[in-house]
Amino acid sequence: MSIRYGSLAGLATAALVLSAVATSGEELERKGIPAPPGHVFQTIISGYQFRTKETRALQDDDLENPGFLAVERAADVWKTVDGGEGKSCMSCHGEAEKTMKGVGAAMPKWSEKLNKPVNLEQQINICRTEHMKAEPWAFKSKELTDMTTFVRFQSRGLPVAVKADGPMSPWFEKGKEIYYTRVGQLDLACASCHEKNNGKFMRADFLSQGQTNGFPTYRLRDQRLIPLHERFEGCMFDVRGVPYKPLSDEFLALELYVAWRGIGLPVETPSVRN
Amino acid sequence: MADKPRIKLPKEAKKGEIIQIKTLVSHLMESGQRKDAQGKPIARKIINKFTCEFNGRPVFSCALEPAISANPYIQFDARIDEEGTFKFAWTDDDGSVVTAEEKIALKA
Amino acid sequence: MGAINRRQAFLLGGGFVALTVLPMAANAEPSNDAAELIKKFTGGKEAAKGKITLDLPEIAENGNTVPLALTVESPMTAENYVKEVLFVADGNPNAGVATLMFTPMSGKAEASIRIRLAQTQNVIAVAKMSDGSLFTERKTVKVTIGGCGG
Repeated sequence: MSIRYGSLAGLATAALVLSAVATSGEELERKGIPAPPGHVFQTIISGYQFRTKETRALQDDDLENPGFLAVERAADVWKTVDGGEGKSCMSCHGEAEKTMKGVGAAMPKWSEKLNKPVNLEQQINICRTEHMKAEPWAFKSKELTDMTTFVRFQSRGLPVAVKADGPMSPWFEKGKEIYYTRVGQLDLACASCHEKNNGKFMRADFLSQGQTNGFPTYRLRDQRLIPLHERFEGCMFDVRGVPYKPLSDEFLALELYVAWRGIGLPVETPSVRN
Repeated sequence: MADKPRIKLPKEAKKGEIIQIKTLVSHLMESGQRKDAQGKPIARKIINKFTCEFNGRPVFSCALEPAISANPYIQFDARIDEEGTFKFAWTDDDGSVVTAEEKIALKA
Repeated sequence: MGAINRRQAFLLGGGFVALTVLPMAANAEPSNDAAELIKKFTGGKEAAKGKITLDLPEIAENGNTVPLALTVESPMTAENYVKEVLFVADGNPNAGVATLMFTPMSGKAEASIRIRLAQTQNVIAVAKMSDGSLFTERKTVKVTIGGCGG
């Protein structure tokens, strides 16, 4: 039994007694953006705002930010021919800096062809299998996370702009339902931490609003880039639940709903988080 | 460690100016403290040495241990007295060396 | 990396033993080879306090990636410069962190690196000057492990 479980057990016993203990000497100001009318938050706050000045500094400098190693790797792969069609990403899409601008900020997006939403990872693999006749990349593979990061990076600074109406409506509702459903032995929903208690100090860390605008994110803990669905899995594991599968309909619905909760936040990929 | 190292320094400097150099390379920096799924120790594999030369003369170097974070970031300074070429080298435990070069000119 | 499971991912990073560490006095006798490494570096000579500034967070957001910046006061001329700076961490499985080697061409005795700290402990720097004199500085960094991240 790992110590991790030990600390979780302690957490369960403590029955989520959360307190705003200021431990890190100086608590930095948390700036946000005003939420649109009818939104669940009044102020939408990026995860960046919950981090220390040292971690913010790692993200602020593009040379110091290790996430850019992935951006640079994928920039080369973008131009590299792969698969039976003899194509690269560039063969169809040209310069990513121009054609991919805004694409990542609007994901997940409705696919008429599949009659369901697709996220960035799925779209990259659709391109690979259908248009390049190349093997799809596995979820969590360096290749897929690198390319997802690279494409999302082309939207850096642009506001998160998912569409949640029309055919997306039932997916949005499904995502919302998952967000508010308590799961796992600790019986916690996403909302328990990230809606009701964000800003508070728990497990030696500040709970954020659980925004997705920085994903894939370079996590200090893992010292590598983490795609969003791996983070979802991590959260469900942390509450001792059985996680849904990455790229499952459930996580896709949740991705859509959580993206909506951060609507208007600038894309920060590749961000740096704890 | 096939990725290209990331290096940032100015393209030119005044004679006698001290410039800042930032470097970042991709490396897992396997500490030798971890175990695999079967409980067997994973062998240490790190970048154990970094050197920077300018026109063939040493500027800065360091010996690194497993307590250096993955994707090592190293920042240091250099005084520029003439134009020339920086040579950077990162040495892996397996003996492989990744190198890079950057030129700097003197400002008129 | 692909075959590493979740528990290992947790243990990853430094791969150091993961402990939930409460902030505590880090003045206890070092349990690793910190003293030996320092003795080897100094040749047993006493290092004076001063000249060194260590910029380290008081509380590390994450022990796997702790930014460390060093400044040593020195004119950095051919006659008078900082030759070497040894870094050790007295609470890691192995104390060694890095040894930095400067030259007069460095211009300044300044550097930044990122280090792994397995628990709350002291980071100790010892600088060797070109005239053989020695200076030292230490800073305690509190390391807590437990956050969910995100």
